[in-house]
This record gives sequence, C-alpha cells and structure tokens, in this order.
Amino acid sequence: MQWGDWLQLFIQYLSLSLLSIGGAITTAPEMHRYLVDEHHWLTDPQFNASIAIAQAAPGPNILFVALMGWHVGLNTGSVAMGLFGVLVTMFGIMLPSTTLTYLAAQWGHRNRSLRAVRAFKQGMAPIVIALLIATGWVLTSAHNNPAKDWRLWLLTAIAALVIWRTRLHLLWMLGAGALLGWFGLV
Amino acid sequence: MHPQAEDRPRPQSLSDLFISFTLLALQGFGGVLAIVQHELVEKKRWMTREEFVEEWAVAQIMPGPNVVNLALMIGGRYFGLPGAMTALAGMLTVPLVIVLLLTFLYAQYADHAQLAGALRGMGAVAAGLITAAGLKLLSTLKTNPLGLPVCIGFTSASFAAIALLRWPLAYVLPVLGVFACILTYRKLKP
Repeated sequence: MQWGDWLQLFIQYLSLSLLSIGGAITTAPEMHRYLVDEHHWLTDPQFNASIAIAQAAPGPNILFVALMGWHVGLNTGSVAMGLFGVLVTMFGIMLPSTTLTYLAAQWGHRNRSLRAVRAFKQGMAPIVIALLIATGWVLTSAHNNPAKDWRLWLLTAIAALVIWRTRLHLLWMLGAGALLGWFGLV
Repeated sequence: MHPQAEDRPRPQSLSDLFISFTLLALQGFGGVLAIVQHELVEKKRWMTREEFVEEWAVAQIMPGPNVVNLALMIGGRYFGLPGAMTALAGMLTVPLVIVLLLTFLYAQYADHAQLAGALRGMGAVAAGLITAAGLKLLSTLKTNPLGLPVCIGFTSASFAAIALLRWPLAYVLPVLGVFACILTYRKLKP
C-alpha cells in the first residue's frame, strides 16, 4: 500500500463515521465491499475474524474497526504497519462522530421534544434496523459453499433465533459456537 | 446539570472517570449497554434512570458507536472536553490492548485446525447475534409514526439494497434516510 492508499482508507473511515448511525457495525457491509471486494486489502477470513474477536472480547464492539486496520497494515508486511493501521482506522471512525456527538449532545438535550429531532430519530429507525440484519446476512454469505457451509448457516440462524426469542446471555451462544467449531461440527 | 447534582455521587476526578469506564468496558461481553445502565445508574448512582434514558436517546441519534457516545457525553457533563476525552480513552484503551493481544495470539495459532474451527463457529454465532439485535428492534416499529407497513417497506428496501444488491451505503443511506425522515416529519404533529 502507498501513502495515497492509506489516505484514501482514512477518508473512507471518516465518511463511514458520519454514516454509522445506530452503531459502527451497521457500516460493516460497506467496509466489506470496500476493503475485501474492491481493494483486496483484507481477506474474507480476516474480515470475519476481526468481527468475531471483537465480539468475543470484552469492551465495545467498535474495536472490530481497529482489528481491520491491524490486518490491513499487517498484510503490508510488519507489526509496526499493523499498529499504524489501527491508528488510521480508529481515528477515522471516531473523529467525526465524537466531535459531532460532543457538539450536539447539549443541543439535543435541550431540544429533544423538537419535531425535527423526533422525525430524524424515528424516521431512521426502519433503516437502521435493516442495516443490522443486513450485516448478519453479509457475514453469513461470505461462506458460500452450500455443501460445506450449510451447518454454519444453520448455526447462525439458530443463534439469531435463540437470542431474539430468549433472555439467554450472549456469552453462552458464543461459547457454544466455539465448542461446535473446535470439534469440527460446523 | 440538575440543581440537586451536588448531593449526588459523581466521578471524583478524571482518573476516577477513566478507571470507572475501563472497568465498565471490561465487563461488557456482547451487551455493553446493560452493564452501563447497571453500573452508572444502579451502583454508582451518577445519574437517574430518567436521565439515562434521555442521554441514551441522544447517543443513539448521533453517528458513531452508541455506548462510546454515551461515555463521551457523561464525561463531558462532569468535566467538559477533558472529561469527554478521558471517558472515551477509558472505554477504549485497555479493551484495545486486549483484542490486539487476542488477535496476535490467534495469528500465531491460525494453522491450528481446532482453533480456526472455534473462531469459525464463533463468527457464525456473531453473525446471528447481530441479526438478532436487528430482529429485536423490529418490535419498536409498531409505535413508529410512519406506521408498520411503511416501516417494513423501508426495512425491506434497505435490506435488499445493502445485503442482496450490495450497493454502497453512501448512496443508500442518504436517499432512503432523507425520504423516511421527511415522511416522518409530515406524520408528526407540530
């Protein structure tokens, strides 16, 4: 990767930051399209590992962005570039949204009954929800060999159903997925 | 701040803020929101439930990770910009080191078939968890001013554009978003 590529990556994350209404995970399909499909800076397994590790580890899930930067940098050849990648993607994804949030927090607090504020919040709801479901879809369809991957799809569907319909803690499902994978059952 | 704020517990210093948010983030496997509510409202009593709900609504409206936005806003309330930055740093620094270590370990053992299998299984579950979060939120659309049928139309169109057609979010979100917000604005009473 040239410096121009890093700049392009930084700008991409700056713009994704402003689009990440409802959480950065809603922009994961876009990150996949950009990093994996368009530029080949990241492989599919690396993309999925970034999300899986960030979800399994404690802390905010936004750290999957740091891991994508880490992998992009690492693919260029060194740990130092990996750390540089973390800085590029994390500053990119955080800078616009945190600045905007900080400035808007007090204004939003004072004007929370304003018609425009409510229209924005409620109007975006159906779209934000679709983005979450689309993210699950994109992650699952990265495994596209039906003969081999049907059990994986089934596990995704079961996990979605169980967490949707029950109060089971997420950790139990992640643990079950890890065990099934460890013993080669999915 | 509310007038009774002096009588209530509050973060004592920037380092208190940093440590509090670090500990909070480290407890958050999967669902950080539940932990935030429990720690800040029930245990530390820095804010009332009502205040929490109000702050959370704003954190959700704004772009960026919701829980991180919330940390930023709470830090900012008590200590201004330095507080906002400190809360943010507390939320991210130690967890970042942990995920990097985990990734580093994972890379060393990437050829390990069972470990690769475990991560493959966890990845499939993670995809399911994100889907479930979306499915859970579908029920909130029942009270949406747009009405359920219109909402489902927007949800289906967004899903088709992003998941099936793989169109760039930068085109889909503004076009459908502006359309949905204008429709909602017209439905809401002035």
